[in-house]
Amino acid sequence: MITFQDVSKTYAGGGAKDDGRAALSGVDLSVAPGEVFGVIGASGAGKSTLIRLINGLEKPSGGKVVVDGDDVAALGVEGLRSLRRRVGMIFQHFNLLSSKTVAGNVAFPLKLAGKPDAEVKARTAELLARVGLSDFANKYPAQLSGGQKQRVGIARALATGPKVLLCDEATSALDPETTEQILELISNLNRELGLTIVLITHEMDVVRRVCDRVAVLEGGRVVESGPVEQVFLHPASATARRFVTEAEGEPGEGAVVGGRVVRLTFKGEATYKPILGAVARETGVDYSILGGRIHRLRETPYGQLTLSLTGGDVEAAIARFQADGVRVDLVGEVGR
Amino acid sequence: MSGFMDNIDWSEIGQATLDTLSMLGGSMALTVVLGLPLGVILFLTGKGQMLQNRVANGVLSLVINILRSVPFVILLIVMIPLTVALVGTSLGVAGAIPPLVAGAAPFFARLVETALREVDKGVIEASFAMGAKRRQVVLGALLPEAMPGLIAAATVTAIALVSYTAMAGVVGAGGLGDLAIRFGYQRFQTDVMVVTVVLLLVLVQALQMVGDAVVRRVSHR
Repeated sequence: MITFQDVSKTYAGGGAKDDGRAALSGVDLSVAPGEVFGVIGASGAGKSTLIRLINGLEKPSGGKVVVDGDDVAALGVEGLRSLRRRVGMIFQHFNLLSSKTVAGNVAFPLKLAGKPDAEVKARTAELLARVGLSDFANKYPAQLSGGQKQRVGIARALATGPKVLLCDEATSALDPETTEQILELISNLNRELGLTIVLITHEMDVVRRVCDRVAVLEGGRVVESGPVEQVFLHPASATARRFVTEAEGEPGEGAVVGGRVVRLTFKGEATYKPILGAVARETGVDYSILGGRIHRLRETPYGQLTLSLTGGDVEAAIARFQADGVRVDLVGEVGR
Repeated sequence: MSGFMDNIDWSEIGQATLDTLSMLGGSMALTVVLGLPLGVILFLTGKGQMLQNRVANGVLSLVINILRSVPFVILLIVMIPLTVALVGTSLGVAGAIPPLVAGAAPFFARLVETALREVDKGVIEASFAMGAKRRQVVLGALLPEAMPGLIAAATVTAIALVSYTAMAGVVGAGGLGDLAIRFGYQRFQTDVMVVTVVLLLVLVQALQMVGDAVVRRVSHR
Protein backbone atom coordinates (compact mmCIF):
# COMPACT_ATOMS: atom_id res chain seq x y z
CA MET A 1 0.00 0.00 0.00
CA ILE A 2 2.83 2.36 0.95
CA THR A 3 6.51 2.01 0.09
CA PHE A 4 9.47 4.23 0.83
CA GLN A 5 12.51 3.62 -1.36
CA ASP A 6 15.73 5.17 -0.11
CA VAL A 7 13.83 8.31 0.86
CA SER A 8 15.68 11.34 2.15
CA LYS A 9 14.47 14.77 3.10
CA THR A 10 16.67 17.77 3.68
CA TYR A 11 15.21 21.12 4.59
CA ALA A 12 16.65 23.76 2.32
CA GLY A 13 17.25 26.10 5.22
CA GLY A 14 17.01 29.83 4.94
CA GLY A 15 15.96 29.86 8.55
CA ALA A 16 18.86 29.53 10.97
CA LYS A 17 17.11 26.60 12.63
CA ASP A 18 16.83 24.26 9.66
CA ASP A 19 20.01 25.02 7.75
CA GLY A 20 20.63 22.02 5.54
CA ARG A 21 19.48 19.65 8.25
CA ALA A 22 18.64 16.15 7.04
CA ALA A 23 15.28 15.20 8.52
CA LEU A 24 15.32 11.76 6.94
CA SER A 25 18.01 9.76 5.20
CA GLY A 26 17.92 6.43 3.39
CA VAL A 27 14.52 5.39 4.65
CA ASP A 28 13.14 2.13 3.24
CA LEU A 29 9.74 1.01 4.44
CA SER A 30 6.81 -0.91 3.19
CA VAL A 31 3.34 -0.99 4.66
CA ALA A 32 1.00 -3.77 3.59
CA PRO A 33 -2.72 -3.19 2.94
CA GLY A 34 -4.82 -3.59 6.07
CA GLU A 35 -1.83 -3.32 8.38
CA VAL A 36 -1.37 -1.07 11.38
CA PHE A 37 2.14 0.27 11.04
CA GLY A 38 3.77 2.24 13.81
CA VAL A 39 6.69 4.63 13.57
CA ILE A 40 8.24 5.42 16.90
CA GLY A 41 10.92 7.98 17.58
CA ALA A 42 11.88 10.80 19.89
CA SER A 43 10.93 14.34 18.92
CA GLY A 44 13.16 15.51 16.09
CA ALA A 45 13.73 11.96 14.83
CA GLY A 46 11.88 12.74 11.60
CA LYS A 47 8.50 11.14 12.34
CA SER A 48 6.42 14.16 11.33
CA THR A 49 8.33 14.51 8.09
CA LEU A 50 7.94 10.82 7.35
CA ILE A 51 4.16 10.79 7.77
CA ARG A 52 3.77 14.00 5.73
CA LEU A 53 5.63 12.45 2.81
CA ILE A 54 2.83 9.90 2.52
CA ASN A 55 0.13 12.45 1.62
CA GLY A 56 2.44 14.88 -0.12
CA LEU A 57 2.37 17.62 2.53
CA GLU A 58 6.16 17.31 2.23
CA LYS A 59 8.16 16.41 -0.87
CA PRO A 60 11.12 14.03 -0.64
CA SER A 61 14.56 15.43 -1.49
CA GLY A 62 15.60 12.00 -2.74
CA GLY A 63 14.13 8.55 -3.25
CA LYS A 64 10.56 7.64 -3.95
CA VAL A 65 7.35 7.36 -1.96
CA VAL A 66 4.65 5.23 -3.56
CA VAL A 67 1.15 5.26 -2.06
CA ASP A 68 -1.71 3.19 -3.44
CA GLY A 69 0.15 2.87 -6.74
CA ASP A 70 0.98 6.57 -7.11
CA ASP A 71 4.46 8.06 -6.97
CA VAL A 72 3.55 10.93 -4.64
CA ALA A 73 6.25 13.35 -5.83
CA ALA A 74 5.23 12.89 -9.46
CA LEU A 75 1.55 13.74 -8.90
CA GLY A 76 0.12 16.98 -10.25
CA VAL A 77 -2.29 19.16 -8.30
CA GLU A 78 -5.34 17.08 -9.21
CA GLY A 79 -3.52 13.78 -8.67
CA LEU A 80 -2.45 14.91 -5.24
CA ARG A 81 -6.00 15.97 -4.32
CA SER A 82 -7.28 12.58 -5.44
CA LEU A 83 -4.59 10.85 -3.36
CA ARG A 84 -5.49 12.94 -0.32
CA ARG A 85 -9.11 11.81 -0.61
CA ARG A 86 -7.81 8.25 -0.39
CA VAL A 87 -5.52 9.03 2.57
CA GLY A 88 -7.15 10.47 5.69
CA MET A 89 -5.15 12.16 8.41
CA ILE A 90 -5.67 12.95 12.08
CA PHE A 91 -3.52 15.19 14.24
CA GLN A 92 -2.18 15.58 17.75
CA HIS A 93 -4.00 18.89 18.21
CA PHE A 94 -7.02 17.74 16.17
CA ASN A 95 -6.85 20.78 13.85
CA LEU A 96 -10.62 21.19 13.68
CA LEU A 97 -12.09 24.35 12.20
CA SER A 98 -13.26 26.36 15.19
CA SER A 99 -15.64 28.34 12.97
CA LYS A 100 -17.57 25.26 11.89
CA THR A 101 -19.82 22.94 13.88
CA VAL A 102 -18.97 19.29 14.42
CA ALA A 103 -21.16 18.39 11.44
CA GLY A 104 -19.58 21.23 9.44
CA ASN A 105 -16.12 19.87 10.13
CA VAL A 106 -17.04 16.35 9.08
CA ALA A 107 -18.82 17.68 5.98
CA PHE A 108 -15.86 19.88 4.99
CA PRO A 109 -13.82 17.29 3.02
CA LEU A 110 -16.99 16.17 1.25
CA LYS A 111 -17.78 19.72 0.22
CA LEU A 112 -14.19 20.19 -0.92
CA ALA A 113 -14.69 17.13 -3.11
CA GLY A 114 -17.81 18.75 -4.58
CA LYS A 115 -20.32 16.16 -3.32
CA PRO A 116 -24.02 17.07 -3.61
CA ASP A 117 -25.68 18.39 -0.44
CA ALA A 118 -27.93 15.38 0.13
CA GLU A 119 -24.98 13.01 0.00
CA VAL A 120 -22.93 15.26 2.30
CA LYS A 121 -25.74 15.29 4.85
CA ALA A 122 -26.32 11.54 4.82
CA ARG A 123 -22.62 10.71 4.95
CA THR A 124 -21.98 13.19 7.79
CA ALA A 125 -24.76 11.65 9.89
CA GLU A 126 -23.40 8.17 9.22
CA LEU A 127 -19.86 9.16 10.22
CA LEU A 128 -20.98 10.91 13.40
CA ALA A 129 -22.91 7.80 14.38
CA ARG A 130 -19.83 5.68 13.78
CA VAL A 131 -17.72 7.74 16.19
CA GLY A 132 -20.58 8.07 18.69
CA LEU A 133 -21.11 11.83 18.34
CA SER A 134 -24.55 12.03 16.72
CA ASP A 135 -25.83 14.21 19.55
CA PHE A 136 -23.01 16.69 19.10
CA ALA A 137 -23.59 17.54 15.43
CA ASN A 138 -24.47 21.19 16.11
CA LYS A 139 -21.89 21.89 18.78
CA TYR A 140 -18.67 23.75 18.10
CA PRO A 141 -15.25 22.15 18.71
CA ALA A 142 -14.60 24.50 21.64
CA GLN A 143 -17.50 22.85 23.47
CA LEU A 144 -15.99 19.36 23.24
CA SER A 145 -13.47 17.39 25.30
CA GLY A 146 -10.15 16.31 23.80
CA GLY A 147 -11.37 12.78 23.15
CA GLN A 148 -14.52 14.05 21.46
CA LYS A 149 -12.46 16.43 19.32
CA GLN A 150 -10.30 13.55 18.16
CA ARG A 151 -13.43 11.56 17.31
CA VAL A 152 -14.55 14.45 15.14
CA GLY A 153 -11.06 14.42 13.59
CA ILE A 154 -11.42 10.71 12.85
CA ALA A 155 -14.91 11.12 11.38
CA ARG A 156 -13.61 13.94 9.20
CA ALA A 157 -10.61 11.88 8.07
CA LEU A 158 -12.94 9.02 7.10
CA ALA A 159 -15.41 11.23 5.22
CA THR A 160 -14.04 10.59 1.74
CA GLY A 161 -13.77 6.83 2.34
CA PRO A 162 -9.97 6.59 2.45
CA LYS A 163 -7.98 3.38 2.26
CA VAL A 164 -5.24 4.74 4.50
CA LEU A 165 -5.43 6.63 7.79
CA LEU A 166 -2.41 8.61 8.96
CA CYS A 167 -2.26 9.30 12.69
CA ASP A 168 0.13 12.09 13.63
CA GLU A 169 0.66 11.65 17.38
CA ALA A 170 -3.10 11.29 17.54
CA THR A 171 -3.23 10.41 21.24
CA SER A 172 -0.31 12.45 22.57
CA ALA A 173 -2.54 15.28 23.79
CA LEU A 174 -5.01 12.94 25.51
CA ASP A 175 -5.20 11.46 29.00
CA PRO A 176 -4.57 7.70 29.40
CA GLU A 177 -8.22 6.70 29.54
CA THR A 178 -9.17 8.73 26.47
CA THR A 179 -6.06 7.45 24.71
CA GLU A 180 -7.31 3.94 25.29
CA GLN A 181 -10.73 4.74 23.80
CA ILE A 182 -9.25 6.41 20.75
CA LEU A 183 -6.81 3.54 20.17
CA GLU A 184 -9.69 1.11 20.42
CA LEU A 185 -11.62 3.11 17.86
CA ILE A 186 -8.61 3.10 15.55
CA SER A 187 -8.22 -0.67 15.98
CA ASN A 188 -11.90 -1.19 15.18
CA LEU A 189 -11.64 0.90 12.04
CA ASN A 190 -8.67 -1.17 10.96
CA ARG A 191 -10.64 -4.39 11.48
CA GLU A 192 -14.04 -3.33 10.23
CA LEU A 193 -13.05 -1.19 7.25
CA GLY A 194 -9.79 -2.93 6.40
CA LEU A 195 -8.16 0.47 6.74
CA THR A 196 -4.38 0.61 6.43
CA ILE A 197 -3.08 2.70 9.32
CA VAL A 198 0.23 4.47 9.75
CA LEU A 199 0.70 6.03 13.14
CA ILE A 200 3.61 7.95 14.52
CA THR A 201 4.18 8.25 18.22
CA HIS A 202 6.82 8.59 20.88
CA GLU A 203 5.01 6.17 23.19
CA MET A 204 5.84 2.47 22.99
CA ASP A 205 2.60 1.75 24.77
CA VAL A 206 0.61 3.02 21.78
CA VAL A 207 2.63 0.77 19.48
CA ARG A 208 2.10 -2.21 21.78
CA ARG A 209 -1.65 -1.76 21.87
CA VAL A 210 -2.50 -1.33 18.22
CA CYS A 211 0.38 -1.92 15.81
CA ASP A 212 1.22 -5.01 13.77
CA ARG A 213 4.64 -3.80 12.77
CA VAL A 214 6.83 -0.96 13.89
CA ALA A 215 9.80 1.01 12.64
CA VAL A 216 12.10 2.73 15.10
CA LEU A 217 13.37 6.10 13.90
CA GLU A 218 16.48 7.79 15.24
CA GLY A 219 18.16 10.83 13.73
CA GLY A 220 16.23 10.45 10.47
CA ARG A 221 17.14 6.80 9.96
CA VAL A 222 15.21 3.60 10.54
CA VAL A 223 17.38 1.81 13.10
CA GLU A 224 15.11 -1.17 13.55
CA SER A 225 11.86 -2.48 12.15
CA GLY A 226 9.80 -5.62 12.36
CA PRO A 227 6.74 -7.19 13.93
CA VAL A 228 5.82 -5.42 17.16
CA GLU A 229 6.35 -8.51 19.31
CA GLN A 230 9.87 -8.91 17.99
CA VAL A 231 10.85 -5.28 18.47
CA PHE A 232 9.05 -5.08 21.77
CA LEU A 233 10.24 -8.30 23.36
CA HIS A 234 13.68 -8.50 21.81
CA PRO A 235 14.73 -5.01 20.85
CA ALA A 236 17.97 -5.10 18.90
CA SER A 237 18.81 -1.39 18.82
CA ALA A 238 19.65 0.85 21.74
CA THR A 239 16.86 3.21 20.70
CA ALA A 240 14.23 0.48 20.69
CA ARG A 241 15.47 -0.79 24.05
CA ARG A 242 15.15 2.69 25.46
CA PHE A 243 11.54 3.00 24.29
CA VAL A 244 10.65 -0.41 25.69
CA THR A 245 12.31 0.42 29.00
CA GLU A 246 10.47 3.73 29.14
CA ALA A 247 7.18 1.92 28.70
CA GLU A 248 7.89 -1.08 30.90
CA GLY A 249 10.81 -0.45 33.18
CA GLU A 250 13.91 -2.63 32.97
CA PRO A 251 13.22 -6.11 34.35
CA GLY A 252 15.71 -7.03 37.02
CA GLU A 253 17.39 -3.68 36.92
CA GLY A 254 19.99 -3.18 39.59
CA ALA A 255 19.67 -6.65 41.13
CA VAL A 256 22.86 -8.06 42.58
CA VAL A 257 22.62 -11.83 42.62
CA GLY A 258 24.55 -14.97 41.91
CA GLY A 259 23.85 -17.69 39.39
CA ARG A 260 22.81 -17.67 35.80
CA VAL A 261 20.58 -14.73 34.90
CA VAL A 262 18.12 -15.53 32.14
CA ARG A 263 15.17 -13.75 30.61
CA LEU A 264 12.18 -15.92 29.77
CA THR A 265 9.65 -14.75 27.23
CA PHE A 266 6.23 -16.39 27.25
CA LYS A 267 3.71 -15.79 24.52
CA GLY A 268 0.09 -16.73 24.04
CA GLU A 269 -1.06 -19.78 26.02
CA ALA A 270 2.32 -20.36 27.64
CA THR A 271 1.91 -17.08 29.51
CA TYR A 272 -0.53 -18.61 31.94
CA LYS A 273 1.05 -22.10 32.33
CA PRO A 274 2.40 -23.01 35.79
CA ILE A 275 5.70 -23.85 34.20
CA LEU A 276 8.17 -22.33 36.64
CA GLY A 277 7.40 -24.68 39.55
CA ALA A 278 7.38 -27.72 37.31
CA VAL A 279 10.81 -26.97 35.88
CA ALA A 280 12.24 -26.28 39.35
CA ARG A 281 10.96 -29.60 40.69
CA GLU A 282 12.18 -31.61 37.70
CA THR A 283 15.67 -30.16 37.45
CA GLY A 284 16.40 -29.20 41.04
CA VAL A 285 17.09 -25.61 40.01
CA ASP A 286 16.34 -22.80 42.42
CA TYR A 287 15.16 -19.52 41.01
CA SER A 288 14.76 -16.04 42.27
CA ILE A 289 12.63 -13.62 40.30
CA LEU A 290 14.47 -10.38 39.53
CA GLY A 291 11.78 -8.75 37.49
CA GLY A 292 8.80 -9.45 35.33
CA ARG A 293 5.82 -8.19 33.43
CA ILE A 294 2.68 -9.60 31.93
CA HIS A 295 0.88 -7.65 29.25
CA ARG A 296 -0.86 -7.86 25.94
CA LEU A 297 0.48 -7.10 22.49
CA ARG A 298 -2.77 -6.26 20.72
CA GLU A 299 -4.69 -9.51 21.46
CA THR A 300 -1.73 -11.71 22.39
CA PRO A 301 -0.85 -12.08 26.05
CA TYR A 302 2.83 -12.27 26.81
CA GLY A 303 5.04 -12.37 29.84
CA GLN A 304 8.65 -11.68 30.41
CA LEU A 305 10.49 -12.81 33.52
CA THR A 306 14.07 -12.24 34.51
CA LEU A 307 15.31 -15.01 36.78
CA SER A 308 18.53 -15.98 38.40
CA LEU A 309 18.97 -19.77 38.33
CA THR A 310 21.13 -21.51 40.92
CA GLY A 311 21.86 -25.13 41.87
CA GLY A 312 20.59 -28.24 40.10
CA ASP A 313 20.92 -28.75 36.37
CA VAL A 314 20.67 -25.24 34.89
CA GLU A 315 21.21 -26.45 31.30
CA ALA A 316 18.41 -28.97 31.62
CA ALA A 317 16.14 -26.31 33.04
CA ILE A 318 16.83 -24.05 30.08
CA ALA A 319 16.19 -26.91 27.66
CA ARG A 320 12.94 -27.70 29.49
CA PHE A 321 11.73 -24.10 29.19
CA GLN A 322 12.55 -24.06 25.50
CA ALA A 323 10.73 -27.34 24.98
CA ASP A 324 7.64 -25.67 26.39
CA GLY A 325 7.81 -22.87 23.84
CA VAL A 326 9.40 -20.34 26.15
CA ARG A 327 12.15 -18.26 24.68
CA VAL A 328 15.24 -18.08 26.89
CA ASP A 329 17.82 -15.32 26.59
CA LEU A 330 20.96 -15.41 28.63
CA VAL A 331 21.28 -12.02 30.26
CA GLY A 332 24.45 -12.67 32.22
CA GLU A 333 26.31 -14.94 34.53
CA VAL A 334 27.23 -13.70 37.91
CA GLY A 335 30.09 -15.68 39.37
CA ARG A 336 30.20 -16.19 43.05
CA MET B 1 -26.41 87.91 25.35
CA SER B 2 -26.72 84.82 23.32
CA GLY B 3 -27.53 81.44 24.89
CA PHE B 4 -25.25 78.42 24.74
CA MET B 5 -27.09 76.59 21.93
CA ASP B 6 -27.99 79.70 19.87
CA ASN B 7 -25.52 78.98 17.07
CA ILE B 8 -26.86 75.48 16.42
CA ASP B 9 -28.59 75.04 13.09
CA TRP B 10 -30.02 71.55 13.49
CA SER B 11 -30.74 71.06 9.79
CA GLU B 12 -27.12 71.87 9.04
CA ILE B 13 -26.00 69.44 11.74
CA GLY B 14 -28.32 66.81 10.30
CA GLN B 15 -26.91 67.29 6.80
CA ALA B 16 -23.34 67.16 8.14
CA THR B 17 -24.12 63.94 10.02
CA LEU B 18 -25.52 62.39 6.86
CA ASP B 19 -22.44 63.49 4.93
CA THR B 20 -20.16 61.95 7.53
CA LEU B 21 -22.14 58.71 7.47
CA SER B 22 -22.08 58.49 3.68
CA MET B 23 -18.34 59.26 3.57
CA LEU B 24 -17.83 56.59 6.20
CA GLY B 25 -20.06 54.04 4.49
CA GLY B 26 -18.64 54.60 1.01
CA SER B 27 -15.01 54.66 2.07
CA MET B 28 -15.41 51.71 4.44
CA ALA B 29 -16.98 49.55 1.73
CA LEU B 30 -14.17 50.37 -0.71
CA THR B 31 -11.55 49.94 2.01
CA VAL B 32 -12.77 46.39 2.64
CA VAL B 33 -13.04 45.63 -1.07
CA LEU B 34 -9.44 46.77 -1.65
CA GLY B 35 -7.83 46.10 1.72
CA LEU B 36 -9.08 42.55 2.27
CA PRO B 37 -7.54 41.08 -0.89
CA LEU B 38 -4.38 43.12 -0.29
CA GLY B 39 -4.12 41.75 3.25
CA VAL B 40 -4.73 38.21 2.03
CA ILE B 41 -2.04 38.57 -0.65
CA LEU B 42 0.31 40.11 1.89
CA PHE B 43 -0.24 37.12 4.17
CA LEU B 44 -0.07 34.44 1.47
CA THR B 45 3.18 35.77 -0.03
CA GLY B 46 4.79 35.94 3.41
CA LYS B 47 7.54 33.66 4.62
CA GLY B 48 6.49 30.04 4.96
CA GLN B 49 3.06 30.63 3.46
CA MET B 50 1.51 28.91 0.47
CA LEU B 51 2.38 31.60 -2.11
CA GLN B 52 5.68 32.61 -0.53
CA ASN B 53 7.24 35.27 -2.76
CA ARG B 54 9.80 37.62 -1.29
CA VAL B 55 9.70 40.15 -4.12
CA ALA B 56 5.91 40.48 -4.28
CA ASN B 57 5.67 40.57 -0.51
CA GLY B 58 8.46 43.14 -0.20
CA VAL B 59 7.00 45.48 -2.84
CA LEU B 60 3.47 45.26 -1.45
CA SER B 61 4.71 45.77 2.07
CA LEU B 62 6.73 48.82 1.01
CA VAL B 63 3.78 50.43 -0.78
CA ILE B 64 1.60 49.85 2.26
CA ASN B 65 4.21 51.29 4.59
CA ILE B 66 4.65 54.38 2.43
CA LEU B 67 0.91 55.06 2.32
CA ARG B 68 0.66 54.45 6.05
CA SER B 69 3.53 56.74 6.91
CA VAL B 70 2.13 59.76 5.06
CA PRO B 71 0.09 61.82 7.55
CA PHE B 72 -3.53 61.76 6.44
CA VAL B 73 -3.80 65.56 6.17
CA ILE B 74 -0.90 65.52 3.70
CA LEU B 75 -2.35 62.57 1.80
CA LEU B 76 -5.58 64.57 1.40
CA ILE B 77 -3.74 67.42 -0.30
CA VAL B 78 -1.26 65.34 -2.30
CA MET B 79 -4.08 63.26 -3.72
CA ILE B 80 -6.19 66.16 -4.99
CA PRO B 81 -5.16 65.76 -8.68
CA LEU B 82 -5.73 62.01 -8.56
CA THR B 83 -9.05 62.51 -6.79
CA VAL B 84 -10.19 64.96 -9.47
CA ALA B 85 -9.15 62.45 -12.14
CA LEU B 86 -11.05 59.66 -10.41
CA VAL B 87 -14.32 61.31 -9.36
CA GLY B 88 -14.28 64.68 -11.14
CA THR B 89 -14.06 66.78 -8.00
CA SER B 90 -11.98 67.08 -4.88
CA LEU B 91 -14.86 68.52 -2.88
CA GLY B 92 -17.79 67.08 -1.01
CA VAL B 93 -18.48 63.48 -0.10
CA ALA B 94 -17.34 62.14 -3.48
CA GLY B 95 -14.08 64.08 -3.32
CA ALA B 96 -13.35 62.74 0.15
CA ILE B 97 -13.73 59.08 -0.62
CA PRO B 98 -10.54 58.44 -2.70
CA PRO B 99 -8.15 59.88 -0.06
CA LEU B 100 -10.09 58.16 2.73
CA VAL B 101 -9.72 54.80 0.99
CA ALA B 102 -6.07 55.47 0.17
CA GLY B 103 -5.47 56.19 3.84
CA ALA B 104 -7.52 53.35 5.32
CA ALA B 105 -7.04 50.44 2.89
CA PRO B 106 -3.32 49.93 3.63
CA PHE B 107 -4.06 50.16 7.34
CA PHE B 108 -6.84 47.59 7.02
CA ALA B 109 -4.64 45.33 4.86
CA ARG B 110 -2.03 45.24 7.61
CA LEU B 111 -4.65 44.37 10.21
CA VAL B 112 -6.02 41.64 7.92
CA GLU B 113 -2.54 40.17 7.58
CA THR B 114 -2.17 40.12 11.37
CA ALA B 115 -5.59 38.49 11.81
CA LEU B 116 -4.71 35.78 9.28
CA ARG B 117 -1.44 35.07 11.04
CA GLU B 118 -3.44 34.22 14.14
CA VAL B 119 -5.07 31.29 12.36
CA ASP B 120 -3.73 27.94 13.56
CA LYS B 121 -1.33 26.62 10.91
CA GLY B 122 -2.47 23.10 11.75
CA VAL B 123 -5.96 23.89 10.47
CA ILE B 124 -4.50 25.05 7.16
CA GLU B 125 -2.38 21.91 6.93
CA ALA B 126 -5.39 19.75 7.76
CA SER B 127 -7.38 21.43 4.99
CA PHE B 128 -4.69 20.62 2.46
CA ALA B 129 -4.52 17.07 3.82
CA MET B 130 -8.26 16.75 3.11
CA GLY B 131 -7.64 17.54 -0.54
CA ALA B 132 -8.50 21.25 -0.57
CA LYS B 133 -7.26 23.48 -3.40
CA ARG B 134 -5.50 26.67 -2.37
CA ARG B 135 -8.57 28.73 -3.20
CA GLN B 136 -10.69 26.41 -1.04
CA VAL B 137 -8.21 26.66 1.81
CA VAL B 138 -8.32 30.46 1.70
CA LEU B 139 -12.09 30.82 1.27
CA GLY B 140 -13.23 27.76 3.21
CA ALA B 141 -10.78 27.64 6.10
CA LEU B 142 -8.44 30.64 6.41
CA LEU B 143 -11.00 33.46 6.15
CA PRO B 144 -13.76 31.79 8.22
CA GLU B 145 -11.22 30.90 10.93
CA ALA B 146 -9.95 34.49 10.98
CA MET B 147 -13.45 35.99 10.95
CA PRO B 148 -13.50 37.30 14.55
CA GLY B 149 -10.11 38.96 13.96
CA LEU B 150 -11.25 40.35 10.61
CA ILE B 151 -14.39 41.89 12.13
CA ALA B 152 -12.30 43.43 14.90
CA ALA B 153 -9.92 44.79 12.26
CA ALA B 154 -12.85 46.29 10.35
CA THR B 155 -14.13 47.92 13.54
CA VAL B 156 -10.77 49.54 14.27
CA THR B 157 -10.55 50.69 10.65
CA ALA B 158 -14.07 52.17 10.66
CA ILE B 159 -13.23 54.14 13.79
CA ALA B 160 -10.00 55.40 12.24
CA LEU B 161 -12.08 56.43 9.23
CA VAL B 162 -14.37 58.51 11.45
CA SER B 163 -11.43 60.67 12.48
CA TYR B 164 -10.16 60.74 8.89
CA THR B 165 -13.56 62.06 7.73
CA ALA B 166 -13.26 64.82 10.29
CA MET B 167 -9.84 65.73 8.90
CA ALA B 168 -11.19 65.61 5.37
CA GLY B 169 -13.22 68.65 6.40
CA VAL B 170 -10.00 70.65 5.99
CA VAL B 171 -10.11 70.27 2.21
CA GLY B 172 -13.83 70.93 1.93
CA ALA B 173 -15.24 67.47 2.27
CA GLY B 174 -18.23 68.50 4.35
CA GLY B 175 -19.51 66.47 7.26
CA LEU B 176 -19.25 66.93 11.00
CA GLY B 177 -15.51 67.63 10.98
CA ASP B 178 -15.99 70.40 8.44
CA LEU B 179 -18.70 71.93 10.61
CA ALA B 180 -16.50 71.76 13.68
CA ILE B 181 -13.65 73.50 11.89
CA ARG B 182 -15.66 76.18 10.11
CA PHE B 183 -18.03 77.12 12.91
CA GLY B 184 -16.62 75.69 16.08
CA TYR B 185 -13.01 76.70 15.48
CA GLN B 186 -12.90 79.56 12.97
CA ARG B 187 -16.00 81.35 14.34
CA PHE B 188 -15.46 80.45 17.97
CA GLN B 189 -18.90 78.83 18.19
CA THR B 190 -18.07 76.48 21.02
CA ASP B 191 -21.57 75.03 21.11
CA VAL B 192 -21.23 73.80 17.51
CA MET B 193 -17.89 72.26 18.40
CA VAL B 194 -19.39 70.47 21.40
CA VAL B 195 -22.36 69.09 19.47
CA THR B 196 -20.23 67.80 16.60
CA VAL B 197 -17.71 66.21 18.93
CA VAL B 198 -20.50 64.54 20.91
CA LEU B 199 -22.02 63.21 17.69
CA LEU B 200 -18.65 61.84 16.56
CA LEU B 201 -18.18 60.25 19.96
CA VAL B 202 -21.60 58.59 19.75
CA LEU B 203 -20.72 57.35 16.28
CA VAL B 204 -17.42 55.86 17.44
CA GLN B 205 -19.05 54.28 20.45
CA ALA B 206 -21.82 52.77 18.31
CA LEU B 207 -19.31 51.35 15.84
CA GLN B 208 -17.30 49.75 18.62
CA MET B 209 -20.37 48.22 20.23
CA VAL B 210 -21.70 46.81 16.97
CA GLY B 211 -18.22 45.50 16.09
CA ASP B 212 -17.82 43.79 19.46
CA ALA B 213 -21.28 42.25 19.22
CA VAL B 214 -20.54 40.83 15.78
CA VAL B 215 -17.18 39.45 16.96
CA ARG B 216 -18.95 37.67 19.81
CA ARG B 217 -21.45 36.21 17.37
CA VAL B 218 -18.91 34.83 14.92
CA SER B 219 -16.42 33.63 17.51
CA HIS B 220 -16.69 29.99 18.56
CA ARG B 221 -13.31 29.60 20.19
